[in-house]
Parts: sequence; C-alpha cells; structure tokens
Amino acid sequence: METKKKENGFLVKLGNLCRNQIFIPIAALLILAIFNLIADPSFYAIKLSYNANGSPVLMGNLITILDYGSELAILAIGMTLVTAASGGQDISVGATIAIAGSVILRVLCGTESQPTSLHAPIIVAFLVACVVSMLFGAFNGALVAYFKIQPMVATLILFTAGRSIAAWINNNQLPVISEECSPTFGIFGNYIPGIPIPTPFFIAVACIVVIFLVLKFTNLGLYTQAVGINSKSSRLNGLNPEFIKFISFVILGLCVAVAGLIKVSRLNTINYSVVAKDIEMDAILAVALGGNALSGGKFNMTASILGAYVIQFLTTTLYKMQVQASALPAYKAIVVILLVVLSAPKVREWLGKLWKKLRPASMKEVA
Amino acid sequence: MKENAVLEMKNIHKRFPGVLALQGVDFTLCEGEIHALMGENGAGKSTLIKVLTGVYEKNEGQIFLKGLHKEAAIHSPQDAQKLGISTVYQEITLCPNLTVAENMYIGRGTGVAQNWKKMNEEADKILQSLDIPARANQQLSTCSIAIQQMVAIARAVDMDCKVLILDEPTSSLDEQEVEKLFGLMRDLKARGVGIIFVTHFLDQVYEVCDKITVLRDGKLVGEYEIKDLPRVQLVSKMLGKELDDLSDIKDKSLVYEKKEGAVSVYEAKGLQSTAGIKPFDFHIDKGEVNGFTGLLGSGRSECVRAIFGADRVIAGEAKKSGKTVKITKPIQAMKNGIAYLPEDRKVDGIIGDLSVRENIILATQVLKGFFKPFSKAEQMKFADEYIKLLEIKTASTETPIKSLSGGNQQKVILARWLLTHPEYLILDEPTRGIDVGTKIEIQKLVLKLASEGMSVTFISSETDEMLRTCSRLVVMRDRKVVGELTGSDLTQSKIMETIAGGSEETQSKITETIAGGSKENGN
Amino acid sequence: MKRKLLALLTATLMVVGLVGCGGEAASSEGGLIKVGIINNDPNESGYRTANVNDMKATFTEENGYDASFAYSLKNEEQIQSAQKFITDGVDYLLLSAADTAGWDSVLKDAQDAGVKVILFDRTIDADPSLYEASIVSDMAKEGETAVAWLKSQNLSEYNIIHIQGAMGSAAQIGRSGALVAEAEANANWNIVEQQTATWNAENAQQIVQAVIDAGTPFNVIYAENDDMAKGAVAALDKANISHGVGKDVIIMGYDCNKWALQELLAGNWNYDGQCNPFQASYITDIIKKLEAGETLAQKTIIMDEKGFDATTITQADVDQYGI
Repeated sequence: METKKKENGFLVKLGNLCRNQIFIPIAALLILAIFNLIADPSFYAIKLSYNANGSPVLMGNLITILDYGSELAILAIGMTLVTAASGGQDISVGATIAIAGSVILRVLCGTESQPTSLHAPIIVAFLVACVVSMLFGAFNGALVAYFKIQPMVATLILFTAGRSIAAWINNNQLPVISEECSPTFGIFGNYIPGIPIPTPFFIAVACIVVIFLVLKFTNLGLYTQAVGINSKSSRLNGLNPEFIKFISFVILGLCVAVAGLIKVSRLNTINYSVVAKDIEMDAILAVALGGNALSGGKFNMTASILGAYVIQFLTTTLYKMQVQASALPAYKAIVVILLVVLSAPKVREWLGKLWKKLRPASMKEVA
Repeated sequence: MKENAVLEMKNIHKRFPGVLALQGVDFTLCEGEIHALMGENGAGKSTLIKVLTGVYEKNEGQIFLKGLHKEAAIHSPQDAQKLGISTVYQEITLCPNLTVAENMYIGRGTGVAQNWKKMNEEADKILQSLDIPARANQQLSTCSIAIQQMVAIARAVDMDCKVLILDEPTSSLDEQEVEKLFGLMRDLKARGVGIIFVTHFLDQVYEVCDKITVLRDGKLVGEYEIKDLPRVQLVSKMLGKELDDLSDIKDKSLVYEKKEGAVSVYEAKGLQSTAGIKPFDFHIDKGEVNGFTGLLGSGRSECVRAIFGADRVIAGEAKKSGKTVKITKPIQAMKNGIAYLPEDRKVDGIIGDLSVRENIILATQVLKGFFKPFSKAEQMKFADEYIKLLEIKTASTETPIKSLSGGNQQKVILARWLLTHPEYLILDEPTRGIDVGTKIEIQKLVLKLASEGMSVTFISSETDEMLRTCSRLVVMRDRKVVGELTGSDLTQSKIMETIAGGSEETQSKITETIAGGSKENGN
Repeated sequence: MKRKLLALLTATLMVVGLVGCGGEAASSEGGLIKVGIINNDPNESGYRTANVNDMKATFTEENGYDASFAYSLKNEEQIQSAQKFITDGVDYLLLSAADTAGWDSVLKDAQDAGVKVILFDRTIDADPSLYEASIVSDMAKEGETAVAWLKSQNLSEYNIIHIQGAMGSAAQIGRSGALVAEAEANANWNIVEQQTATWNAENAQQIVQAVIDAGTPFNVIYAENDDMAKGAVAALDKANISHGVGKDVIIMGYDCNKWALQELLAGNWNYDGQCNPFQASYITDIIKKLEAGETLAQKTIIMDEKGFDATTITQADVDQYGI
C-alpha cells in the first residue's frame, strides 16, 4: 500500500508536470536524448584532450551543444522579454549581431584589416558594441512602442539594412585579429587557458544568472507580463506600457551585443552576409519551444533557455546523422509544426482527456 | 401570429453560465414600424438581438416570421440573413477600400459581382431609389460615416430584408447626418420594412419611433406606443424605480454631513479630457460617498477617468487636500492616494493570465517601485488577507484571474486598490454583471470604508444602489454636469427628472417632436 | 496613420538605398566612353568587394570613362538597371548577372540601341550573338587544379572532409566536380563527410566539430572558400588537431583572401585556389579593341587563375594576389 501511494504521488506529479509549460522543452529534449541513445550511444562520449596551448579541453557532442547553444540561449533571453511585452518578435537580431560584431572589430582594429596590435582594450570595444546594439534596439523599440508598428514589420527595417550597415562600419573590410595580435580575443569564443569547458558556455551562464537575478530583484517579469497581457489595464495600474515595450527591445539589444562578441571571437573575424544568419528564427523558435505564447503575455524564462539548447541539440544531432545542412531548416520546420499542433487548445484539451482516461482507477480514488 | 406582424419572438430564454440573460421575453415587430428597443446596459437588448440574428442560440422560446408558416430555425447569422433579418452595427463592418457597389454585392454569391458594369448599374439604381447621395463606383472610405451607414443599410435592404436591426447606428454621427439617416429609415418604413432601433439617445427615440419595448434585467418590462410613454416614465421603466427590500442598507448614522471649513480631499476645477466631456467642477470630502449618475453615455465614466488621469487631461486643475497637483497619468493619481476601479472589468481591470495574487499586488507593487519587489511571502500574505477579507472564491492564490467568476474578479480588482490604502477610491460600476449577493457586499463595504475616513466616488447604472450609498449625486446628461442632488433631493423621481431634463426647453422639444402625442401624463 | 508612417519610412529607406547605389552616376561628357556597370552587392563576399573595388578603380574619368554603377543580388532589379542604362544611352553595358536566365529581351533592346554588352564574372543563358564578350572564371578548372595539387601530395590514404558552398552555385558545382570524380576513381580517396556550409564559417566549424566528436579519422579538409576553411580550422584548433605544412591535416581553401594567403605563408594552411576578381583590365582591353574597330579572337575569355602552395608562396604573391 505504501509503495502504491508513492507511485500515485509520482504519477500525480508527472501529470502536473505534463500540464506545466516547461514540459514541452523537457519532452523535446528527452525525445532527442533517447533517439541518440538508441541510434548511437557514443553520441554521449566526452573525452579530455589538450589543445595547442597545452590546456585541457573537453570534447564531445554534449560539450558542442553547450558551446554552440550559447548565443542562442543569450538571444532567447531577450527575445522572450520582447515577445512577452510586445506580443511580437524581433527578426533583426541576426543583422544586429553583424553590426555588433562589426563595431567590436572596428574599435579593435581601427581601419587596418590585419592589425599587429589592438587599437583599444577589448572591454572598451565590447562596451561600445553594447551601446550601439542598445541604440539599434531602442530604434526597434521606439517604432514598436511609440509608433505602434507591428514588431515584425518594424524590425524588418534592420533585418534588411543591418548587414549593409555592418559592412559599412568597417568600410567593407573583413578585419582579422590573429592569435599574435591578441591572444586574449579568441578566449570569448573558445577556451580560457586551463579551463576545459568552452567560454561561451560560461558567458551564457553569466547572462542567465543575471537575468534571473534581475527577474528576482526587480519587477521586470511582472511588468512585462502585465503589459503583454493587457496593456490598457496595466496603464491604469500606473505602468507605462510603451516604455516597458521599449525597454524590452533595449535589453534584447544588450543580448545581441554579447552574442556578437562570441560570434566574432569564435573565428577572430566576421563575414557580414552570413554571420549569425537565420539566428533570429532559431531564437524565436526557442521561445516557442519553451511553450511561450508568441502573442505575448506570460512567459517562462527557464523554458525559453532550455528551448534554445534543445534547438542546438537538434542541430548537432542532425550534423551527427550527416543530414545535409541545407535540409536542416526542413527538420526545424517539422519541429515547429509539431509544436504548433501540440500547443493548439484543441489538441491540449484532447490530450487532457486522454490523460484522464489513462490514469489508473486507483488514482482517481486518491484524487 | 398577429396580423401584419413581420416578427414575433415569444417567451425567449437565454442562459449563460451563472446568469439568466433573458427570461421569457416577448417581442413583436410590425410591418412598416420603427420599434425602439430600450434598456440600460445588461438589460438584455444585445442578447435578444444576438438571439434573433443567430449569434447566440436561444435556450427556450419561439421565433416566427411573416410568410413562414412554422417556427423560424435560426442557428447562425447566415440563417438569419436568409430569412431576411439584417443588422447594421454601430461600427461599420464594410471594407473601406472597396467601392460602394462592391461593398453592396461582395460575398453575396448572387453572381452580380462578376459583371462589374451590371453591378454598378444595379447599385446606382438602389442608391437612387433610397435617395442615398453616393455613387456606385466611389470608394467607400471617401464617403462620410453617415453615408457608409446608409450603404450598409442599402446592402441590407437589397438583400430583401423584412427585419432591419439598427444597433446604435447614430453614435458617431452629427446632427445633420442623423437627420439623413432618419429620412432613410422613414422611407424604408413606408416600404413596409420593420425596423428595430437600438439607441441610448432618448431624443432620437421620440423623433422616429412608433413603439418602444423596454427590457430590464433580462425581463420584459412592457411594450408601449410612443405617445403613451413620456420620457420620464421611459427613464423610470428603464431604471426600474421600485425599491427592493435592500433599501435599509443605508443607515442614518452613515450619512455624511459637511463640516464647515474642512478642506476637500480632492477638488477639480474646469477639468476636461480628450474623451469629449464638457469641463466640470467636482470635489469630495473626507469620509464622503458621492456619485455620478446619468444614462449610459452621459459622460459619468469619462469624468472619473479624467480625475484619475486615465484619459488625457487637456484642461483644468486638480487639488489634493488643498494642494495643487498635476494628474495627467494614472501613476500620478495613484501617488496622490487616488484609486480607480474601472468600468470595463475585462478590458481595463483584470490582467487575465496573471494569478489572483499578482493581480492583487500589482498596483501596490507599481507604487512601491521597480527595484523593490515584494517577496513571495509578502505577496502571499497580502493575497490571503484580501481573499479572506473580501471572501473571494478562488481555488488558490495562483489561479489565473480569468478563470474566476465575474463577481470574484471584481473583488480581486477591489482588493488590488484597497491594498494601496487610498484616501480617495473611485468605483466605476463595481456591481455590473455580478450576482446580487456580491452587489450588496460591495455596497456595504463602500459604506464601511467611508466610515473609516475614506472618500469614495461610486458609480452605478442602478440608481437604487447609488441612493443607498451616496450622500451627494452629480447628475450628467450629454457629457455635461446638469445638476447636483443632496439631502432630501436624493430620490428616484428627482434623479429621473434631472436626467430626462426637467427643464422647460427639453420638454417643449419633445412636444415639437411628437406631433399629436400626449405628454406629461403624470410622474 | 500608422500605415502612412510605415510607408514613409520604407520610402525613406529606399531613397537612402538608391542614393547609395546610384550616387556615382555622372553625367555624360564629351570624349569619355560611357559605361553602365551592373554588379552584385559588394557586401556579398570579400571576393565581390575586391571585384567592385577593381571596377571602380579602373573605370574612372582619368582613364577616359564615364561610369555608372548599379548593385543588386536580384535579377529583376538588375534588369531594371540595365534598361535604365540603355535608355541613358551608355556605350557599353558591363554585366555580372545574378541569375543566368531572363536576359534575352533586355539584351536585344541593348543590341537595337547599339549598346555593346560585355559579361564579366558570370555567364548567362542567352544567345552569344547578344554580347560581345564574356570574361569568366572556369570553376571546374579551379577544381581540377586544386585536386591535381592534392593528388601530387601522394598521401597513402585520403580521408577528406568536403565542405561545400551554397548548393547549385557555379562555384560549388565546379569545385565539387573535380574532387568527387577523383574520389570515385581512386580506392584510397574517401570523402568521410560531405556537407554544405553555404559559404558560412560558423556552419563549417560545426560540421567539422561533428566529425571530430564522432571520432572519424580524416587528413584533408577541402573547403570551397576561405571562410569555410577558416571555420574548419577553428574547430581543429579547439580539438588540438594539427594542420598545415607537414602536419596531420591538409587545409585547402579558395578565393585567395589576403588573410588566407598569410595563413599559407605561415604554413597553417596548405593550398589556396585563386578565383580572380580582377576582371577590369580584361574588360578595358576588350573595349580598347572594339573602339579600335578590331574583332575579338574569341568570345569567351577565361582568366588565368593560380593555385598557391604553402611551400612555395611568397610575400610578393600575398601582396599581389591577396584580395
């Protein structure tokens, strides 16, 4: 009897989890994990090796996922807030990453395409990129909040023009920061000497910690959700809905700057037309995968971030399976279709009924 | 079926979860008749129309139509349209970027729309016959709102309608446009179309209508010939003047008496907002309960919205406890100790997806500041306290507010504002759409709060509620303050007189309008 | 109101764009040869930037040209620009087409108007009578040169990661063709991974990362442009897999970016194939001949293109051929 009760308790918890928002990314993660386990358990192998500088590095698919999922996770933070507050998405993040990266290189390299020494400390370049990205975020935010233009339409402007602006910032040059020029610049996209885990992961963790502290010690979460759900009512509660929408785009701008730093540091250079290409769609998909309504309102930050890593998990799995890279979007599309179908109210209702039927009779007694 | 009746609705019942929206309503519309459907908000007018047009399905009752020898089966708006029932709404539902003719024929599947020339000719013919000053190939958006309304009507008429429903068609029209519309209505009447006219403007009812059916609280009050029902009586029937057994709520001891020389808690001079109200003066003292009254659309909500800064204030000055303050935004009002429970709970009040807890603490949290969130424990404490105090029925503090019943939602919003400990609380229709028990609770609470020193402005479309709670009433008509009643003047009849415009000029205008109609038969 | 604002915004944006594109259009003056140059977006790649700069530097007033430029990655926009140039009465229309198809009618118009057309960088599907000359890179030849070089390395076994450009592009088809053919012909040539990274360094890095994580052995990375080679090398560096002259993995790239040639010079990469963006001098030669009334010996002119080996490259090569 005792064990039975425990079992029931577990089942009830499982049932609750199923109804929880975070269930969607977790379920997606589990499906992918199990698939890989069956297809090839060596997927999970992690081995320690030493890189050219003699520092230890961990290698393996899981590390790759944590590494390459970082930019996406960072963007998902900002995208979640923008989605919640404005009920729309920013499709210009890829282009603004190009701008942020271009700004960093412009400050570091001056006008030289292959400098022998940095023209400014990296932190200065990064801060300048933050300011520029936030200004572009502010531009998007102002269009959305004060001119009431639909977010997708408003951000279409930078989506179209951003990469040209990025190229213009560096006068169409493609600056390269070589190892000899600055041994530290590559750290942000690779490894810190002596630490076997890729730096982007730490940067992502730092961003995640910051956003959770912000959510805990300010009312950002409450305000953005309130505005996203009912902006009229929020105003009557003393909030300034326009400003909150505006600020969510500025925060996304900051996330873009961080992602831009990682991107340029990974390869020590930039290619304006392809850097962070299509990343906006992945960021939006991460938000959706997190079970957040793309029409705004309530959000779950953990679920969004998890969603970002699920997407990278999927990408890495597909690379591992040697699926043609050009076919990747098609697989992502399948995921989107599944998600949309699963989150449709009708299907949820149906699943809820199914769950009730499947519940063992004894549980009904307990409940 | 009655002779020459085009429509008969009998014993219509409509239930919504927890509410009986229509209880045994009868309605008869005759050929060539303009029939006003009157009632305050929530009386059941729109429900009745939605049942008739197939938007809602009735739970009980029958609908008969002329020429149809059995009960009419209306299950969808398409059914209604096929049976010759057409509706023209307040908001134009046509496509402004199409031409007049296209708007008249689009989506009708008559095949006319395939032949543009023919379509334009036909449309011009109809427009001419109805004397509508528009051309078939003109883009609709270039027409005035009134003409657009008429095009909508022309479309309905051409669809061979027997019953035409005009749902507040005049709200956005100026006087001349209204006249044009009335001309068209009379023309249609002469052709034998039965017209149901829904409006809040009494003058207009007396200008064009033949009969009035009054609804109140989902029940039929009666059907009257226009000449048998003077304005004052119409108002009284709409509001329902019989005082029920709750009238003893108001205790003499609670009646506020003005202390000489005391400074008003809030005072406004020449206040005016973008919502279109005339500048008004207003004050409220400590511990006073007063109210704005007037028919719907008279501007009572707009007045309190101006006080709270909910609409953009464009003129006037406000004083808080004698000090001049600037209130142009809600947050400024809140910082000055003013709280406002808005009229439209769903649109302006609740934050649907957020929990009861979050909805309760929201305003207080905003006042406290962005960087100082309440801890979860504090939030729970506040929420539990007010859930208990106001007896809010909710599964838990974490239940989304949208899944609560209307009355409990209202209590949560009330809790939200009480938690801010305001000096001056504005309640705009706090009792609308909630059950009787909660209504009484809220009224009692208002009086209790006042006795503790809070100033309250209370607005309700139910006059008896206001009489029970308020010691002073500001009366409004046509977006203007027309009177202030205190003491012995606080009676139903006095209020109605003021609302209806007891003044000579209004009465004489009625005389002019209703030719041959008797007036002033008692009050 | 909102819509109007948006329209205004879009319009402003377009005007700004137009100014950016058409800014260089100068009025015709006596004695100058009027040319209209239609090219792809200079931001497309380093190759294109070099190409555009080369054209701009050559077709100047000092050199006797009155040149107008139009840039677009879209065929329709390019065709529109061509029509405009024809109406403007240019003497020569220089064209690097975005798409191969759809040019017949506008080129006929050009012919009727007496405008001579010279294709550069890219060929089109049109009757050769419609243009005077076509200056192109032979991508297949580039591939053959590279593969021949690879074969000359005489490895006992070739395990190749083949990183392809955007599928279907002329460069991808040409550069992939030779490698695939060679791999089929030789038993000791294995392509262990063949993926498109759509010219993108990040994608290439992830593709190579996946191969490393899977533990598949490889000793050659054949990337169809420098960016992708760079991405691949970044993945190798992470995993501490040595590459370059005399190391574990041979790195091959294309396009001869200056930074790529420097990698060669440093011995980090092994081979870089040239895709010559400097076509302006070929074009001016042709124009001079045509102006002098000479006839051209051949219609299609294939540019000389080199392949650089890390063991033989010099700083002079880097300076001369780096783009």
